Amino acid sequence: MYANRCERLVRGFVGRQRSASSWTAVCTQRAVCKQRAVCKQRTQPTVTCHTSARSVDPDELRRFQSLAGKWWDDHGEFAALHALNDLRVPFIRDNLLNVHRTRVPGKPLGGLRILDVGCGGGLLTEPLGRLGANVLGIDPVGDSIGTAKLHSSIDPDLRDRVRYRACTLEELSAEREGGGREEQGAAQFHAVVASEVVEHLADLETFGLCCNHVLKPGGSLFITTINKTNLSYALGIVVAEQLLRIVPSGTHDWEKFISPVELERLLESNGFSVQSVRGMLYNPASGAWSWTDSTAINYALHAVKVRDDPDANQAEGHAEAAHS
Amino acid sequence: MHKLTRATLAFNGLGRCLVAEKHVSALKIHSKGFVCAQHVDDSGKNEVYDIIISGGGMVGSAMACSLGMDRNLEGKKILLLEAGNKKVMHKVPDTYSTRVSSISPGSATLLTGVGAWEHITKMRCKPYKRMQVWDACSDVLITFDKEDMQDEMAHIVENDVVVAALTKQLDDLSDNVQVKYRSKVVKYSWPMPHQQANAIPWVKVTLASGESVETKLLIGADGPNSMVRQELGIPTVKWNYDQSAVVAVLHLSEPTENNVAWQRFLPSGPIAMLPLSDTESSLVWSTSHQQAQELLELDEESFVDAINSAFWSNENQSELIETAGSLFRSTLSAIMPSAGSPRQLPPSVAGIGPKSRVKFPLGIGHASEYIRHRVALIGDAAHRVHPLAGQGANLGFGDVACLTRILSQAAFDGKDLGAMQHLLEYETERQRHNLPMMAAIDLMKRLYSTNAAPVVLLRTFGLQATNMVPALKEQIMGFASK
Repeated sequence: MYANRCERLVRGFVGRQRSASSWTAVCTQRAVCKQRAVCKQRTQPTVTCHTSARSVDPDELRRFQSLAGKWWDDHGEFAALHALNDLRVPFIRDNLLNVHRTRVPGKPLGGLRILDVGCGGGLLTEPLGRLGANVLGIDPVGDSIGTAKLHSSIDPDLRDRVRYRACTLEELSAEREGGGREEQGAAQFHAVVASEVVEHLADLETFGLCCNHVLKPGGSLFITTINKTNLSYALGIVVAEQLLRIVPSGTHDWEKFISPVELERLLESNGFSVQSVRGMLYNPASGAWSWTDSTAINYALHAVKVRDDPDANQAEGHAEAAHS
Repeated sequence: MHKLTRATLAFNGLGRCLVAEKHVSALKIHSKGFVCAQHVDDSGKNEVYDIIISGGGMVGSAMACSLGMDRNLEGKKILLLEAGNKKVMHKVPDTYSTRVSSISPGSATLLTGVGAWEHITKMRCKPYKRMQVWDACSDVLITFDKEDMQDEMAHIVENDVVVAALTKQLDDLSDNVQVKYRSKVVKYSWPMPHQQANAIPWVKVTLASGESVETKLLIGADGPNSMVRQELGIPTVKWNYDQSAVVAVLHLSEPTENNVAWQRFLPSGPIAMLPLSDTESSLVWSTSHQQAQELLELDEESFVDAINSAFWSNENQSELIETAGSLFRSTLSAIMPSAGSPRQLPPSVAGIGPKSRVKFPLGIGHASEYIRHRVALIGDAAHRVHPLAGQGANLGFGDVACLTRILSQAAFDGKDLGAMQHLLEYETERQRHNLPMMAAIDLMKRLYSTNAAPVVLLRTFGLQATNMVPALKEQIMGFASK
């Protein structure tokens, strides 16, 4: 088995070099063509002014812009993120199943609306869509959204369920407040997922506020991020970026990491109740993630938006059951 | 998105050509020279299935049923393609068919799980409780049975009955699983591992009728000469044994309980008699191509004589071997007095069934890879063995159980079904199980293909020793029962 894996790794490596370059070239071409194309997209045009979004850091944007074409290569720069799906998809799925009892076999997340903040190329958005949810993926990097749209447009199952917009969370939240499409008001989603996003943000308070704003009462917030410890500096930055190159160099800034305790405090001050925090560990040899007791490096967090009115809970619950 | 971009480019003509030449070439391929309002998005034309199974034999049909009944795969579009006709059996025919398989308890569990076992037991099957295997060159033997002959070891079922039962079950699953009979595949087109702008991302299957379908995962269950495997160019380790198997249905001289499977290793190859009913048994005689041809040409009486002689005669035994054998036996019984089993004699044959005798060549084959991006091989397409151990079908059913479990979990995790990550798990798990089994079967075949004295002595001793160690026999039976 190991010989097999080595052989595949070697082949993957060789193959990766060939295909990554062609995929990037194609992606760039496609992005260029799209901008020139006359056709009006179903969604909003690419947002170019990011300065209004306080929580997004322009340096981060530039960094991700250059990596836009490489999302879907599972042996490339984002291999660890692809592997992370093995943990985060079941984490999201199982916690949502606990809350929302209605379950259709084959579509465990059927009828749920989920927002994927910082969706990138759609690595997490697509599995959630396959599980039956209606997912909206947002990301400030227009090229990543382009990649994501292209990748999901090919699959007939995903075309209707997964949508993408190039915008920031603040813009989405502000839009909803201004009397957007739905009549119910601001709260739109059953769940918000912000995976590997929080460590790239400049302003977490605003982020917390916006998440609260776009969630239905009782809705879930899922965050995966990196802890701010000496160990996370040693392993997450020195080893992962510089030595083993698991992550492209300069992806993470240790100052922006946040500990689970800090994050919990921040979320609770924004109307959330943290349900669970679990540690995750990446094994570079096997390329796989596993759950672990220690949250010293990576961790996943599940929080629930506190309901204001206990009576409203029952009404919401019945309404949900009727709709789904 | 995709459609609009291409159509727009088409309208804007040559100017765009230079900028996006790849798009225009795609237009040429897909729209057959019409650069105009035709929708050139290929995936819009062909139907896209989640899973297509190519080959509707025992293993392919079992795969279709198994996927169709899985809860996590509900709502997925599954298609089974079979080149032959639909096999329906409203009433079991009076005569037995010549092709039978030994269904192990593990395979029976799978078939029960898909609801086909019930149909099989209602139609026709024969459980057996003991297997006796002995050598022609010495009188040593080994018997396998469950304790005190309480439970069955395995069942002998005609292949037609298995397929008919699975077909019946597929009729009930028609919401989830579509079946196309009389659909022969003429071409497969493979996807690129990473998407490129103009390649089809799915596997495309072109049928003889001109129709084509696409799928996210292709499962190749198309037998030992698998077209899927050949078109993928998967290196296969294979060679032909210089043997053909002759199969026939035998009428026994007198009715008997007939719950024992018999196999005798002749120097030319093993001869096996598998119970079908109290009065009839199935013959599987593996021998050289020349002798197989001669056997087919014999008249009924001579053929029956040849069979009886093969099971009963002692002409291959020499004095040396007999003495050595009895010496081993007495030594071993001194060490382990209670072990060993009584010799039983197989029933004698009086006639053969009305269906003609058939012969087919034997070989061994193993695909070095069971999977590729968006493709998986199961059953004889991945591995082919000698019938001497009755394991061919069981290995295939084992593949079905493993792949179903892995695909079910992948679907529950929202994964793309054709992704390599979980397909690799399937390959590793099954290769780990199949390779030792195949090596053991091949070793047995080679060991028993000669009557050179040293080899005979070795296998005599080995067989006797194994027969006397119940723990070892249980291990062997356990491995073969999965």
